[in-house]
Amino acid sequence: MDTLLQHLLNGIILGGTYALLGIGLTLIFGIMNVVNFAHGEFYTLGAFAAYFFLALLGVNFYVGVAAAIVAGVLIGALCERFVLRPLQGENIDTVMLVMIGVWIFMQNTELLIWGGIPQSIPHPFSPRPLIVGPLHVNSIRIFVFVVAFCLIGASHLAIQRTKLGKAMRATFQDREAAALMGVNIHRIHTVTFAFGSGLAAAAGALLGPIFLVYPSMGDLAALKAFSVVIMGGLGNFMGATFGGLMLGVAESLGAGYISSGYKDGIGFIMIIFVLLFRPAGLFGRAQRIG
Amino acid sequence: MLAAALVGVPVWLTNQYLVHLLILAGLFTILAVSLNLLLGYTGQLSLGHAAFFGIGAYTSALLDVHLGLSFWVGLPAAAVAAGLSGLLIGRLAFKLRGAYFVLVTISFAEVVRLVSLNWMELTQGPLGLPGIRPPSIRLGTMASIPFHGKGAYYWLVLALAALSYGIASRVVRSRIGRAFVALRENEALAESVGVDAFRTLVLATVLAAAMAGAAGSCYAHYVSFVGPEVFLFSYTITMVIMVIAGGKGTLLGPVAGAVIFTAVPEVLREAQQFQMTVYGAILILLVIFMPRGIVPYLKERRAGAP
Amino acid sequence: MTGSTLEVSALDVRFGGVQALAGVSFGVPEGAVVSLIGPNGAGKTTAFNAITGYLAPTAGTVTFAGEPIAGLRPHQVARRGLVRTFQKTSLFAQVTVGENVLMGLHLRGASRLGAILLDLRRVRAEEARLREAAEEVMAFVGIAHRREELAASLPYGEQRLLELAIALAARPRMLLLDEPASGMNPAEKESTMRLIGRIRDQGITVFLVEHDMRLVMGISDRVLVLNHGQLIAQGSPAEVRRDPAVIQAYLGGEGAGAPA
Repeated sequence: MDTLLQHLLNGIILGGTYALLGIGLTLIFGIMNVVNFAHGEFYTLGAFAAYFFLALLGVNFYVGVAAAIVAGVLIGALCERFVLRPLQGENIDTVMLVMIGVWIFMQNTELLIWGGIPQSIPHPFSPRPLIVGPLHVNSIRIFVFVVAFCLIGASHLAIQRTKLGKAMRATFQDREAAALMGVNIHRIHTVTFAFGSGLAAAAGALLGPIFLVYPSMGDLAALKAFSVVIMGGLGNFMGATFGGLMLGVAESLGAGYISSGYKDGIGFIMIIFVLLFRPAGLFGRAQRIG
Repeated sequence: MLAAALVGVPVWLTNQYLVHLLILAGLFTILAVSLNLLLGYTGQLSLGHAAFFGIGAYTSALLDVHLGLSFWVGLPAAAVAAGLSGLLIGRLAFKLRGAYFVLVTISFAEVVRLVSLNWMELTQGPLGLPGIRPPSIRLGTMASIPFHGKGAYYWLVLALAALSYGIASRVVRSRIGRAFVALRENEALAESVGVDAFRTLVLATVLAAAMAGAAGSCYAHYVSFVGPEVFLFSYTITMVIMVIAGGKGTLLGPVAGAVIFTAVPEVLREAQQFQMTVYGAILILLVIFMPRGIVPYLKERRAGAP
Repeated sequence: MTGSTLEVSALDVRFGGVQALAGVSFGVPEGAVVSLIGPNGAGKTTAFNAITGYLAPTAGTVTFAGEPIAGLRPHQVARRGLVRTFQKTSLFAQVTVGENVLMGLHLRGASRLGAILLDLRRVRAEEARLREAAEEVMAFVGIAHRREELAASLPYGEQRLLELAIALAARPRMLLLDEPASGMNPAEKESTMRLIGRIRDQGITVFLVEHDMRLVMGISDRVLVLNHGQLIAQGSPAEVRRDPAVIQAYLGGEGAGAPA
């Protein structure tokens, strides 16, 4: 029973970061109708940016993590402006291919810059776990958990309460109507992509100090993000949140009770199963974001 | 003229390294031609193609290493095994379209890779399967000569590449090929005149998979080793670039693409680490500026010239 | 009597919380030209979609030539001899006109992969037959001179003719035409009317959706009127024109062209 609770706890913490990845991707798909195959690379970017600020520049930990997130936002905005915008209106296959190109380009550029050897990121948290009853948890994981959920909450509020968020929701529901109402679709696209990429970078910056950082770390992250989005329904914010948690828990339980070698495969298997049996996602039709 | 030169290569080309490159180009030609059936003709962004290649390679390798069955058994077996996996994934994936379909194909390849990496009893995991024997030709009942040197491999690959081109050519010019294109251009319209989208797409996948599997078998016996790297997504991407850069939906396009993009990494040999970065940039630029590929672009230039 | 008769009985189609069709029943007799009219949003294209398998009916039956077809997939419906065209211009855009028609001839060929790979004589003979058939269809419709041009490059009127050619190539016993004359000038509409007449003379039953009342009244043996998903009138053109419910539907709603 204790082991089960421990696995659940680990799963929820991991799931929070998966939710960040999933929310970013689902927003990009829902609002821009873009299948962002480069999403994992923004995760990697966040981790390497954190590495750069923290390990190479020695900046304060919290500032470094925040800076990494900002890096994700900025590069996401650039990517949208210079790669996606010229292709607006092209069919979805063309855009998918271009994003695959971006994926390859970003990952291999990172390989060139940082080399292939996994790096570790220093952090100020004690390596000794906190013990609460039967559960062990490292303080850094508590930090990750707290930040991830704060970001999810803040995103939810931003989408529900701000003017920009309302514009995003309008664009999601009906792009032409939103444009007619005066919404600047170009700007919404840039904001959405930057926002989604920022969340992915946040996940990378948070998980980077826990795991190691290497250029291909984004591949698995990307496919897990897709798995979360599919489970939650395309464009479904809450679905992505719950989907992320579910995936985290499923992986944790899988690694604990079945085998840790195949645990990364759980996301793929879930993709295949959900697409076959409930293509609209486990949580019903995606009617709105937020 | 060109055909004679091609056939005579092992005779007049003494640089063994270049022959090796031509063999690789030949294998990639088979892969690109087969992927083109899906990507170019039916218009399906099937991104798990390395899986079919790898399944063919492993099938042939396992038959040789565990059962001592020669390449001549391994080759058809590989095509059949890959074709069956194409049937399986096709029947699963074609209930969906668009991004969902792409994701299922990518997931499929990844799952297969993870299995080959982890199922130690069957595949020896990351250690792979070494010591695959080269094909040999039987003479009478007693002697058999194993392939020795690159010449024999070259002819084998050349024959298979020509065969796969021939298959693609016949299919594309036929009623089935028209059904492929109809589905690409307008699936609802195609269905309204009696094209069974599901069955046709699965057929395309099985055919493409079988061809890729055959290439895999050749690869396994040529390189004499097979490991989980054959399933890497980067191989699929290389094939995709070959098809798109060459000209998807044309017959010569994938051939041109395969030859060019087998040569390019060699030209960039010095800067090998830049290879994939350059590939990524090429893909982006191609999609934006030359979306129809090199062969159609050249054809247009030639047609337009006074 | 069942040759190519379409029978629709108590057809219900519901999606997204909207009852698009409710209890619709009618018959289209063999060899006739029947028109389906009604204001925008009445459910006409929905009816076509439900009959030809693009939508699954929620309830009711659809029978063609005595066999039930409700719930079949579109290609299966086409195989039974029911072919439809689409409201929005639907072509195989990046392919030549000739190839477009050849694609329409899919059901008239039977070559399988094995025979094709072996390039058997019968495959080549079939290809020759299909090419001849394509020429006949293109000539019948009047676009043979365009055979080498890309479908996307044709002027609008000829694109619509090409759509008809593709549908005719599939050798239908019954043709469902969704607004075949929309966007056409009067001259083009005249020639479309005559073409529909020639199609009917070939023995093909024609069931069409149209907004142009002159065309509808001029060519139909029978007219069905749909409003808000329900059949509100059916009969000869003259009867329907006088029907008070029909007049009300057009004057009260946003129909295009009240019956003159």
